Amino acid sequence: MDFLTILQILDSTVRLATPLLLACLAGLYSERAGIFDIGLEGKMLAAAFFSAAVAFTSGNVWVGLMAGIAASCVLSGIHGLASITFRGNQLISGVAINFLAAGMTVVIAQTWFQQGGRTPPLQGAARFQEITLPFADAMADVPIIGPIYSELISGHSILVYMALAIVPLTWWILFRTRFGLRLRAVGENPAAVDTAGISVVGARYAAVMICGVLCGLAGAYLATSLAAGFVKDMSAGRGFIALAALIFAKWRPWYALYACLLFGLLDAVGNRYQNIELVGVTIPVQFMQALPYILTVVILAGFVGKAIPPRAGGEPYVKER
Amino acid sequence: MDKMPKWADVILIPLISVILALLVSGLVVLYIGESPVEAMQIMVRGAMGSAYGWGYTLFYATNFIFTGLAVAVAFHARMFNIGGEGQAALGGLGVAVVCLSVPWPHWSVALLVASGAAAIFGAAWAAIPAYLQAKRGSHIVITTIMFNFIASALLVYLLVNVFRVPGSMAPETARFADAVHLPNAADIVPWLGFRSSTPLNISFLLALLACFLVWMLIWRTRLGYEIRAFGHSETAAVYAGISPVRIIMIAMLISGGLAGLMATNSVMGEAERLVIDNVQGAGFVGIAVALMGRSHPVGVFLAAILFGVLYQGGAELEFEMPAVSREMIVVIQALVILFTGALDNMVRMPMEKLFLSLRRRDRADSPAE
Repeated sequence: MDFLTILQILDSTVRLATPLLLACLAGLYSERAGIFDIGLEGKMLAAAFFSAAVAFTSGNVWVGLMAGIAASCVLSGIHGLASITFRGNQLISGVAINFLAAGMTVVIAQTWFQQGGRTPPLQGAARFQEITLPFADAMADVPIIGPIYSELISGHSILVYMALAIVPLTWWILFRTRFGLRLRAVGENPAAVDTAGISVVGARYAAVMICGVLCGLAGAYLATSLAAGFVKDMSAGRGFIALAALIFAKWRPWYALYACLLFGLLDAVGNRYQNIELVGVTIPVQFMQALPYILTVVILAGFVGKAIPPRAGGEPYVKER
Repeated sequence: MDKMPKWADVILIPLISVILALLVSGLVVLYIGESPVEAMQIMVRGAMGSAYGWGYTLFYATNFIFTGLAVAVAFHARMFNIGGEGQAALGGLGVAVVCLSVPWPHWSVALLVASGAAAIFGAAWAAIPAYLQAKRGSHIVITTIMFNFIASALLVYLLVNVFRVPGSMAPETARFADAVHLPNAADIVPWLGFRSSTPLNISFLLALLACFLVWMLIWRTRLGYEIRAFGHSETAAVYAGISPVRIIMIAMLISGGLAGLMATNSVMGEAERLVIDNVQGAGFVGIAVALMGRSHPVGVFLAAILFGVLYQGGAELEFEMPAVSREMIVVIQALVILFTGALDNMVRMPMEKLFLSLRRRDRADSPAE
């Protein structure tokens, strides 16, 4: 394996990790506030479709992005309504949202475009273009650093850089602002927050809507940057991998970045090599695909660093029991 | 005193929820530009208007009874088994191993052993998440989701590398021998007009038996009592000497076994070979079925029939109304889960208020008589 191959694999790692990272951070806000969200997958899928569809009709990817975020936020609103206002089962609501998105995107895509549940391919301004960072071309010839800068760091879409910037931002919001403290508190001990005169319902809705916005970014990235258009079920389990990454990261922003990069790397390696020879043993590609899930189960089992979820996670808050 | 009479809780609220789900689905059909009434007629006619339609409707329903019962049993122990998909896939593996490894003399022997293998494989796939929940407190929902993905990767690997017929490109096992062909509806009840190719087979009776056995288990045995007690209050159950570890393990093993049994219908009864994705979402439909059926075998049976109608009717609908794609079924399924499961309180709260005010009025009236 030469230097350039490694760079290419790392480059595609970054690309594949970005949707995971955005969805993972989305789940982070929601679950830190005590709302389990297994509907990340559905929100991503809905955002992917609406961003691609609107980007195609308007010819402007930014308008598409807004539409994707709006679609994802509508689903978040339903999740909030079911799990905060009506104190329903958050897991069941998440399952319903996943199916709703899986069905609705294809039904509407068929009605709008008649192409068997996909959008027409996006071109030009209807897609996020790769950004060449300053001096990327000039530096390409410098040994080692040059290729790293021009191949790996430069040449991604704006959403990739946004996703990376959201990691420290999330850390700052959650651990250095009053809003973040309240958000974490409603996930750990909502009664205490309520006693302090702060609205539990308000904080949880805020978290769920932030989750919607980030899932919207993740979905838009899938359909308008990673691919050029929407196809049926294009999220392909990424929402669940993001959920796995969230547990892997123990609900912490920086760890989320590392977990998503790891899972992205597994994906990138799996895409590039069908079967990998490692010390004489052939590792099948299916094992690589299953590895994120297996690792998550191991982490969940608590044999290697126990993952403890927010204490009030999954429980609806009832004022004055 | 209960806020509502039992019939309102068991029948009225699910009914209202399903009607709400169908109304919203109707709005979607209207948005597509077709008539919801006409769509409904096509679906009902396609699913129930002929022996051909019934054959498919009840075939799908058989799958959903198994997966619905699986989710229902876990619900009784207040656990959400979302892994029916993976457990049923593994059940299919069990059936395939049994059917391919031994030259069975007769289908009845084969069915007996194959259903045992299906249940054991399904239960085994539920055993690890159950153990992790019981002993390590890992959330069962997350682990069963993960196990669904692991199961699908495992099955792809096995079908491509182990079971594939040499020389064939298709990732599927060889066709089972004719001797293990299960009698279908045309063989059993020839006078009802089923075609010889109908997928409805003897597994339907197995599903009915499973309904009865689950009812017996949950409401007529000591174990069932313990499962329900644990589901209502873990602390009370522990106080009564019920071991949480034991109940979690047993409930999940039964649940996984029931999901695995689905393979007798889909793999042995219909496909007669193991293909990739032999479950086709039935594991998830089980969630909707159990929610709608209020985790009672009779309710699960009725809800499974309804979803059988939706699946078969949906196929006909796609054929006769090309504008409505097959995914419309998924939308309806999602709305049923949403309204009967997640938004249950949206219907329940106003109904409770209504019944309370009715009762107050009764009480106010009675002394005057």
